[in-house]
Amino acid sequence: MDVLQNQQWLLSLGTFLPMVGVLVMLFIPNRDEAMVKGIAVLTAAATLAVGVYTAAKFDYGHAARLQFFTTNAWIRPIRATYTIGLDGISLPLYLLSMVITLLVMVYSWDHVPAPGNPKAFFILMLVLQTGMAGTFIAQDLILFFVFFELVLLPMYFMIGVWGGDNRQYASLKFFLYTMFGSALMLVAFIALFVVTKNNSATPELASFKFQWFIENGGGVAKNTAIWIFAGMFIGFAVKVPMFPFHTWLPDAHTEAPTQGSVILAAILLKLGTYGFVRIALPFLPQAAVKWAPVIGVLAVIGIIYGALGCLAQTDMKRLIAFSSVAHMGFVMLGISTLTTLGIDAALFGMVAHGLITGMLFFLAGSVKERYHTLQISRLSGMLKQMPRLGWILGFCAMASLGLPGLAGFWGEFPAILSAYSPAAGLSQVLFRTLMVIAAVGTVLAASYLLWLYQRTAFGEPTEEFGGHGSHAHAAGAAANPEHHDDIEDVKIFEWIAWTPLLIAIVVFGVYPQLMFKIFDPAVNQLTAVFRK
Amino acid sequence: MISSLLAAGGFVSPHVDYHALAPEIVLGGGICLVLLVDLFVSDSRRWILATLSGFVLLGAFLPVVTLGVIGSDVRPMFDGRYVIDNFSLVLKALFLLTGYVVVLLSTNEIQEGGYHKGEYYVMLLSSILGMVMMASSRDLISVFIALEFLSIPAYMMAAWRKRDLKSNEAGVKYYLLGVFASAVMLYGMSLLYGVTGSTKLVEIGKVVTGKGKFGGIEVMGIVFVIVGFAFKVSAVPFHTWAPDTYEGAPTPVTAFLSVASKAAGFVALVLLVYLAFPQAVDVYRPFFWVMAALTMTVGNVVALRQTNIVRLLAYSSISQGGFIMMPLVVAGSTRSAEASLRAIVVYLIIYAATNLGAFAVVIAVSRKTRSGEISSFGGLFSYAPGLTVLMTVFLASLAGIPPFGGWYAKFGVFNAVLSARSGWGYSIAVIGAVNAVIATAYYVTIMREMWMKPALDGDVTPVRVPGSIKAALAITGVATLLLGVLPGLIGHSGITGLAGAFGL
Repeated sequence: MDVLQNQQWLLSLGTFLPMVGVLVMLFIPNRDEAMVKGIAVLTAAATLAVGVYTAAKFDYGHAARLQFFTTNAWIRPIRATYTIGLDGISLPLYLLSMVITLLVMVYSWDHVPAPGNPKAFFILMLVLQTGMAGTFIAQDLILFFVFFELVLLPMYFMIGVWGGDNRQYASLKFFLYTMFGSALMLVAFIALFVVTKNNSATPELASFKFQWFIENGGGVAKNTAIWIFAGMFIGFAVKVPMFPFHTWLPDAHTEAPTQGSVILAAILLKLGTYGFVRIALPFLPQAAVKWAPVIGVLAVIGIIYGALGCLAQTDMKRLIAFSSVAHMGFVMLGISTLTTLGIDAALFGMVAHGLITGMLFFLAGSVKERYHTLQISRLSGMLKQMPRLGWILGFCAMASLGLPGLAGFWGEFPAILSAYSPAAGLSQVLFRTLMVIAAVGTVLAASYLLWLYQRTAFGEPTEEFGGHGSHAHAAGAAANPEHHDDIEDVKIFEWIAWTPLLIAIVVFGVYPQLMFKIFDPAVNQLTAVFRK
Repeated sequence: MISSLLAAGGFVSPHVDYHALAPEIVLGGGICLVLLVDLFVSDSRRWILATLSGFVLLGAFLPVVTLGVIGSDVRPMFDGRYVIDNFSLVLKALFLLTGYVVVLLSTNEIQEGGYHKGEYYVMLLSSILGMVMMASSRDLISVFIALEFLSIPAYMMAAWRKRDLKSNEAGVKYYLLGVFASAVMLYGMSLLYGVTGSTKLVEIGKVVTGKGKFGGIEVMGIVFVIVGFAFKVSAVPFHTWAPDTYEGAPTPVTAFLSVASKAAGFVALVLLVYLAFPQAVDVYRPFFWVMAALTMTVGNVVALRQTNIVRLLAYSSISQGGFIMMPLVVAGSTRSAEASLRAIVVYLIIYAATNLGAFAVVIAVSRKTRSGEISSFGGLFSYAPGLTVLMTVFLASLAGIPPFGGWYAKFGVFNAVLSARSGWGYSIAVIGAVNAVIATAYYVTIMREMWMKPALDGDVTPVRVPGSIKAALAITGVATLLLGVLPGLIGHSGITGLAGAFGL
């Protein structure tokens, strides 16, 4: 009864419910498409309902404490446990993953990309959901690793099967990069375990629980810690992705189907940054202080490089992908300051980027569906042709460039601010320099986003996609076999999928405290070690 | 009169624990039974022999289970030269179940192949008997006999398609190099015996370590013995037979060789390292370090270039052998001896389930495509989604991607080498990690072929999978998934008590 009253089962239910849906779907024949989609969406909705209920039961007065905490034996010989819990840092991301999955599924209702097969497509999304939610609730290093890797194969297939022309190359690159990172990460995890166990006065208590590492990681000799941190750094940095490990991202994003891009941008990238906040920093604080300047410098290089990369793009989706590199740079800059403000900003930035860039990828997908191209030079006058979609694009571009009053601002501005006074032991000069450069990055962000918007939304529609019935149109249609007459404004499933995201961008932009107050206690507890 | 003669010679009949020997006895009886039944059934009903062999293997498995459940302690026999303990029971179970799956895989191939249907199963059972004996052998002589017992039938099985030149080449190559390896090994054994005056592994261990220092002869003996078994486990640079043999042999035989035969080789290596020369760390550590690093790297790099699926799996199994060898590098350290032993056994179990599964899919698909090229897997997802998903599971497991078994096997290996906390351990761990990534590249190639390429020649008629292969797929698939999600299962049953057997 105790278990039921504490509602510890909520997290397990929320994480594994999608797998139940997968099992059910396996027994539905392929041709029964509506049934397949219905069960998938229903499962995602039920999962979100469990998530919302979890959030409602969450004790916000003690957001720093792990709640719904459960620990069970899992793999005894290696002392790995099934330990899960939720605190202020993971709750927003846990919920975000559920929201995004549901919205993506709704969007997929009439947008299953070629070559079809909705059953497999929806099953992969549900498996992804389990992996993502599991990563955010895991409180055991091995459990974390398993969930972290669980997302790899579904995303690989999503890009490789349902992706664009160059999908095989992109998916392989994504796969190998991530494998490389996680192999070194696993070695680092085991090394950390071995070293802490050996240092401890009570090695028989050693386990892979996060708690063990938080208590014992600080005692690891500095040089060893720096090496172990390096392994974790590569694993997480590939996932984020940080410069110079980012090269898989533009390819993966460009080739992935819309749904894959949205999930990738909104959640998967966050697994890396979450890993830094949840694992790398608290487990090895002494190494984190040594690595922070490196992370900070790479983050700022990412900001500038990503922005310049954006300016050079001719493809709308690729541009958004490069903007992810820049935005994740802000997140990593916030983390590298090792301050409460910086990490708060990073966490906010993670959610905001998930909402905004997720939305931008949705839009890119819809533009591609209507125009059959994402070549910026061929697009023009969207505002005239489909005013609603055009305005939404404008809104998201503004949110992405960090306009105050929208969610994007609260990820970037405090991150820059926090670099003014980094944690004790970090060079103020370096971080203030980084702050200035990052601030320049926001100007570049404004320029590439506005330029994109200006080129695609303003002006007259191009002749190729011009006014219907006109002479030029007929000529264009004759010249272009891809031409379709279906350039219409936002459709019903798009409205359903997008409205929640748009509302969230405004709400969190106007009232950021809503989220900051959830993070803050937990982050404050985490950074206590750096304030000494 | 004979008894009085024996009494005069001072011979005392040794104590025989029939319960402990029951698996071997059932197998031995089963071999005779299959041979006899073969004489009396008509050709069209030879499938009975496959069923019978399956029952023999399951019959031999029963006493293994009862012995495990009773789970008393070590049961030594014949002056401690033949021992039944947790280690040998776990491996006997592995060999018997592997044999059962191989029988399932062989049924159709042999039935349709047309010749020597009965003899095939006799050979298979004999080879498995040799492996079962290997797990219990604690003496140079019984190790050698077990090795020959398991190898000689395997030479013949490799050449089973006798009208196929490639199969003949496979058998001859395997035979010649196998015999050569045996000779090298025997020479090493004779040196060890000459130095120590005993063939019992534990006593060799006592003498070799007792002196504190090694002479050249001990080193030569140890190295020759290791080299001999390095051929068996196809470690680089002694691997050259493996790709040709694997490609030429009938595919079920290849599955058998790459799993069971390799496992038996590793069992022998473990026995020698842990019992016969545990303190000769300085001799075998660099040796295993170099071999493990080479085996992983060369196996992987060459696998990248393969276009034939069986050849690719052959190189993949070479590289997997490198991973299994990694813990042997640090087996001499007291910090990691137990973890190493566990890592090897766990790896062998998970690898067996996964690799047999992968071969089962290959067999099922090639029944339709009649091709061994990777391109014949093109578009498999469009006409055989079930097989595609299973193959993906097996490949992901081989690559070590959670939540499928392989990750735990790799984890155990890394855990073992890192817990030695030595430069040897750290360096081999990094090499292993890099190789794990290279390996994914070619596993992914097959996945890509199945999921993303169009079907070969647009032929999308469904693959008809025979019942026995379905059963094999079910067993290996469930095992691969279960071992990945709840690896503790094998931890609870016997593996934890494994080390007790070797007095660690």
